[in-house]
Amino acid sequence: MASVAHSFMKIFRGSSAGPGQVPSPPQTTKRLSRRSSGLAELGKSFASEEPLCVLDLGSTSAANIRYLTGRGHKIYSEDLLVASTDPSLPIKDDAGNPVLDSKRFLADNLAYGPGQFDVVLCWNLADYLDESLVKPVVGRLWSLLKPGGMLLAFFHTHEAGPDAPCYRYHIVGGDSLEMQHVDPRREVRKGPTGVAHTSIGTGVRLQRVFNNRHIENLFRDFSSIKFFLARDHIREVLVVR
Amino acid sequence: MDTPKTAEFAHIGKSVIVKGELTGSEDLYVDGQVEGSIDLQGNNLTVGPNGQIRANVTAKGVIVQGKLEGNIHATERVDFRKSAIAVGDVITQRVAIEEGAYFKGKVDIGKPEATRSDFKTERSSIASGAAMGAGSPIPGVPSKTPVTDTKKV
Repeated sequence: MASVAHSFMKIFRGSSAGPGQVPSPPQTTKRLSRRSSGLAELGKSFASEEPLCVLDLGSTSAANIRYLTGRGHKIYSEDLLVASTDPSLPIKDDAGNPVLDSKRFLADNLAYGPGQFDVVLCWNLADYLDESLVKPVVGRLWSLLKPGGMLLAFFHTHEAGPDAPCYRYHIVGGDSLEMQHVDPRREVRKGPTGVAHTSIGTGVRLQRVFNNRHIENLFRDFSSIKFFLARDHIREVLVVR
Repeated sequence: MDTPKTAEFAHIGKSVIVKGELTGSEDLYVDGQVEGSIDLQGNNLTVGPNGQIRANVTAKGVIVQGKLEGNIHATERVDFRKSAIAVGDVITQRVAIEEGAYFKGKVDIGKPEATRSDFKTERSSIASGAAMGAGSPIPGVPSKTPVTDTKKV
């Protein structure tokens, strides 16, 4: 799977290398609405009176915090895509290829106890996360989920194209999301460790396209997987540990 | 509880570094560095844009404009402004997170009588976790963004 995914990554990176070929990112923070069948399915859990422990891996969303805490659930927020831009992560593998240090990444992030979460909201993380981090992160998420816990992830189809914008997702209803473009024009800021982070300034790019087989392989340790194909070239995937 | 006039708040300026236990019975504005713990039962803490705090905080209300690593226990409200970088768990009744703020941690909309021991049982040391390099850049900051308010239902 890795080689195929890597090929797609190369195609996509190559297709937009020239100046002027990359469409300018939207200059507004306008939100788009979309219906989510995966969220609707997941929403049955949110309706539970039992307080759930939810891990949101997207950009910090006040809407998600409001929605979930308003129903008595606990929410943990962690933006892995931004965390993956830590400049201390790039290393070289045995073959000398540049990769990100997944061990260090997992030491710094997703540091929770095993079986802590009932629900993980992955959103479109896997499509934009560096290749070297995807499998280790999914492995860690498996261990963080309780048996029977659910994970919601979105994957682009080939039709979405290499320049598919990266969105952050805000929950606004049981089956309704608002999508907000992740603006790549980031300020150069110092993180809590004092290290300046600038790599996100080049923008967030689709790294690869997973087909159904790739997705099934990615989540092969989970007990079940359900696909929902949407009209906007997104496959929603709900997996159960 | 916005940027205060000095006369109304105790003020720690941006060149001041405090290490240790900080307690008080008046509102506090921190634009410098504090490492240790901050206990302002019944009063408000504002972390200014230059403020850097590595401490567990107990207060009535907390506004973060700068950096805060540590757990926050606020009996009333926590505001993360757009320039905020916050790593740690939050227990409070209301949370407002301005778009562009970076937050890593847990939000628990607790009852008013929730105690600080809640943190100890669930996530022992967020400060040490933050030191692991969890630091990250801030997402893009739009010029005018609304504050979304989270309120206990």
